[in-house]
Amino acid sequence: MKGHERIAYSALPERAPLHWPGGARVALWVAPNIEHYEYLPEQIRVRNPWPRVPHPDILGYGLRDYGNRVGVWRLMEVFDELELPITVSLSMSVLDMYPEIAEAMMKRQWEFMSHGLYNTRYHWNMSEDEERAAIEVCQAIHVRHTGQRLKGWFSPAASNTLNTPDLVAEMGIQYLCDLYHDDQPTPVNVRQGSLTSLPYSMEINDSIAWRRGQEADAFAQKMIDEFEVLYAEGAVHGRVMNVAVHPFIMGQPHRIGALAKALQYIRSHEGVWCATGSQIVDWYRQQTTKENP
Amino acid sequence: MSTPVSAAKPLPDDYLEYPLRRYGMDHDRYEWSMLPQRKQVAWPHKARIALWVSPALEWFPLNMAGLPFKPPGAMQTAYPDLRHYTLRDYGNRVGIFRIMKALALHNIPATVAVNAAVAMRHPSLMAQCHAAGWEIMANGLDMDHLHHGGLSKEDEQQWVAQTLSILRQVSGQAVRGWLSPAKSESFNTLDILADAGLDYVCDWINDDMPYLMMTASKPLVAMPHSADIDDYTILVNNHHTENDFRDQLIDHFDVLYKESATEGGRIMPISLHPWVIGQPYRIKALEEALAHIMSHTGVWAATGSQIMDAWQAQAS
Repeated sequence: MKGHERIAYSALPERAPLHWPGGARVALWVAPNIEHYEYLPEQIRVRNPWPRVPHPDILGYGLRDYGNRVGVWRLMEVFDELELPITVSLSMSVLDMYPEIAEAMMKRQWEFMSHGLYNTRYHWNMSEDEERAAIEVCQAIHVRHTGQRLKGWFSPAASNTLNTPDLVAEMGIQYLCDLYHDDQPTPVNVRQGSLTSLPYSMEINDSIAWRRGQEADAFAQKMIDEFEVLYAEGAVHGRVMNVAVHPFIMGQPHRIGALAKALQYIRSHEGVWCATGSQIVDWYRQQTTKENP
Repeated sequence: MSTPVSAAKPLPDDYLEYPLRRYGMDHDRYEWSMLPQRKQVAWPHKARIALWVSPALEWFPLNMAGLPFKPPGAMQTAYPDLRHYTLRDYGNRVGIFRIMKALALHNIPATVAVNAAVAMRHPSLMAQCHAAGWEIMANGLDMDHLHHGGLSKEDEQQWVAQTLSILRQVSGQAVRGWLSPAKSESFNTLDILADAGLDYVCDWINDDMPYLMMTASKPLVAMPHSADIDDYTILVNNHHTENDFRDQLIDHFDVLYKESATEGGRIMPISLHPWVIGQPYRIKALEEALAHIMSHTGVWAATGSQIMDAWQAQAS
């Protein structure tokens, strides 16, 4: 299937309005990316994960390691205080390598969306069989740790192939976060089964802001500005708002306060449905099935 | 390892069965450890925050090769880049003394990271640092001698030995700490540093507190340092304003100070480059951040060695 056949064109204002539970205007899902970046990635295709060569790149590695040693615990404190349901964009290897983080996430009933095995093993240029095997490894780790099958998929480092949606759907995964074409969930055409695209954000994403050299206050302002528009528009068409963060970025002492303040601001509004990825997708699927039985 | 393999090559058998997917780190340089689960640290004088200020005195050769990559602050134009060469030199002639004055106002000692080339070229500057009560930390030969995976062990041993010999001789200090130029290391760096008698290193920026790093001989203490929030990153690389830099230092401190009420002592590292923060229009940002920090009770301004010793005394 070709990429452009995956998603049928649909202008948002012309759609039947989508309503969230309790008449909420915005479905908010917050996604920390909890990742492992390999110290010495050997499988380099397309892009070198550590461009500072020759290896080792201890600066790149060390900064990301900060996220797991220190930053993630600050994020947990902020999310706990706001009682936010969380969907983790998770390098599945984290469950094996850092069981203390796994336990802390499971204790909080955070949903795990697979973000691949490591954030340094890209899926670009994989054959269909290779990518299927790589997705299966993630599924197996998730089942081993949680007893349940994966519901969400976000390709590692947003590296994917044109086959990814088919392979993910084959695996029984319900939603995909590789596509950024809408403010609402949308159906993805797949060979078998069904798949929903859930809007993940490459804009309200601290790693994008960080790479542009933008700091925490600017990022927090973006969050608020994004929310204001979606909240106003959500009076007619329910919207999804995603906030994507990384413990090694927003978990730094000089940034965490700005994130907390912006989330508090959003949380203080009526009509914001804080949910996990699969809760949003389940609701969306129920609604659309009702309308188009 | 650094060469992309052909896209058509199938996944190797060991791709999915990765032996380093095991408990903890995928290398043996340090153990996996989460900050909240560690024993709390108590600083001298019942302090909550150990403030560690570390300016760097750097020399970028005019004809630098910039290999295998250009370090932050490298020459940029065609030869001769006198524009950037002299702007860096400004830090060692003028800027550093503004930092010294700002710190002296609050009796804050610094640990100054020094390229051996600076000590050789400006021994009087070393004497000034020593007289100010500053600790000298090694920062390699100069900014054009980067430690990296392509460097032979023998060359690197010689670079480290030469750096320490120059710095120890010129400063008269023991020189216990090491910062690699551009925070770049080879696979051998930590072993070589330990063999050379160093006690601490601050290249990995993966923690807010010290921890032990393993080497072929004795352990080294990893000291927290900052890259994400130093003056070069914020002001030069990210083009933020001086007020932004000040506010970020204050935000950083406020979070650590709050955590220290329940989590034990914390360290606030401030990494500075005199050619950046030492400009007349910028120094106020540092002065105001320091005024905010030092207005709090329980701030212990100390050198890297003092902080490391206090940590080690209770770490075991």
